[in-house]
Amino acid sequence: MTVFWAVVRRDLLLAFRQGGGAGMAVAFFVVTVTLFPLGVGPEPNVLARIGSGVVWVSALLAALLSLDRLFQADLEDGGLDLLALSPEPLEIIVLAKCLAHWLSTGLPLILVAPLLGLLMGMSSAGIGGLVLAMLLGTPALSLIGAVGAALTTGVRRGGVLLSLLVLPLYIPVLIFGVSAVEAAATGLTARPHLLILAAMSLFTTVLAPLAAAAAVRLSME
Amino acid sequence: MTFSGENLACLRGERIVFQNLGFELDSGGMLLLLGANGSGKSTLLRLCAGFLRPFAGRLLYDGVGITGRMAEHRGRICYAGHLDALKAVFTVSENLLFWARLSGGDENRLEEALDLFGLGPLADMPARFLSAGQRRRANLARLAMSRAPLWLLDEPTTALDQASCTRLFDLMERHRHAGGMIMAATHQKIESAGSTVLSLDDFAPVEEVF
Repeated sequence: MTVFWAVVRRDLLLAFRQGGGAGMAVAFFVVTVTLFPLGVGPEPNVLARIGSGVVWVSALLAALLSLDRLFQADLEDGGLDLLALSPEPLEIIVLAKCLAHWLSTGLPLILVAPLLGLLMGMSSAGIGGLVLAMLLGTPALSLIGAVGAALTTGVRRGGVLLSLLVLPLYIPVLIFGVSAVEAAATGLTARPHLLILAAMSLFTTVLAPLAAAAAVRLSME
Repeated sequence: MTFSGENLACLRGERIVFQNLGFELDSGGMLLLLGANGSGKSTLLRLCAGFLRPFAGRLLYDGVGITGRMAEHRGRICYAGHLDALKAVFTVSENLLFWARLSGGDENRLEEALDLFGLGPLADMPARFLSAGQRRRANLARLAMSRAPLWLLDEPTTALDQASCTRLFDLMERHRHAGGMIMAATHQKIESAGSTVLSLDDFAPVEEVF
């Protein structure tokens, strides 16, 4: 367990000191969402209608931004070998890296999401739904993304390949994330959608580290 | 404590790097891997670390095959490869402490490790400001904090000045006196009593003539 937290702490510190992590993802998120009122026009009804989708899609893209460095940076400086040599299973270390990625990317996105919801003219109920849905759904984004990142580790210009691999897998999160917000905004219960999002996060918490660790081992051969 | 390989063969990119390779390492022993570029020194070390699987043959620790016991085997190894595994934005001591924590090393020996490689004044310097030799020394300082009995060193003297080489050899001697084992790939002959030399050129596949 000390190894788990040591890795989380290291990756968070790295994200913080290198500056590429949280700030970049949040800035990208904000800029992308801001483009829509400019592109679509300031019609409040239109914006409110597409708001939840726009915020979710932008969040997916922002979460992708720093993913390609998840294992690549460690591969390039030789640290990945040492991570894999830890007596602790590689799966645990991968899970720790996912948690650090979520804390440094997912969580800041959730913090600015209400602001962007307001910008898109969403109702307060809708914004509440959005925050809840993102809290439950974004962990799955980091975890699924880690599998893609592990598979593209060591691949030249793997970032594009990573997007192609991972974005289709993000579709279920997007669908239930958006429908949770819509349900909350129209006064229906968002519960079933939120439960499915939570299920996806739990499911990937178990499976994604196994798959990602296997892919990382392959990349070191 | 013994570590040995039997009949090892390794395949890289559909080419046999070496075959029929065997070695034996006892407690306190050192195996120097010599050979031309591409003769498989690094490959053999990575094989011993478990990053690669042998195409044929097996590796035994205390007479027990390591396949299927990787978790146990990982705990016995301290590996220093070509890359220095330093994070540019972390200070030298932060880097060392992290690796010690990760591999179950002794965090209390940080001072000792830093002093050993003359890194004391650089302890709080971010690793990005280090020279190649200093980076290598910072990487090797991990050895001094490690509790692992088996050291796998891939050309550890690269970029080191004479004084640092001597310090490294002293450290390696101490490790062997304490009963540890060392496998080191090297171009520079390391003079050390009781070390065995394994020349990888002897295990290169025989060229087939058609």
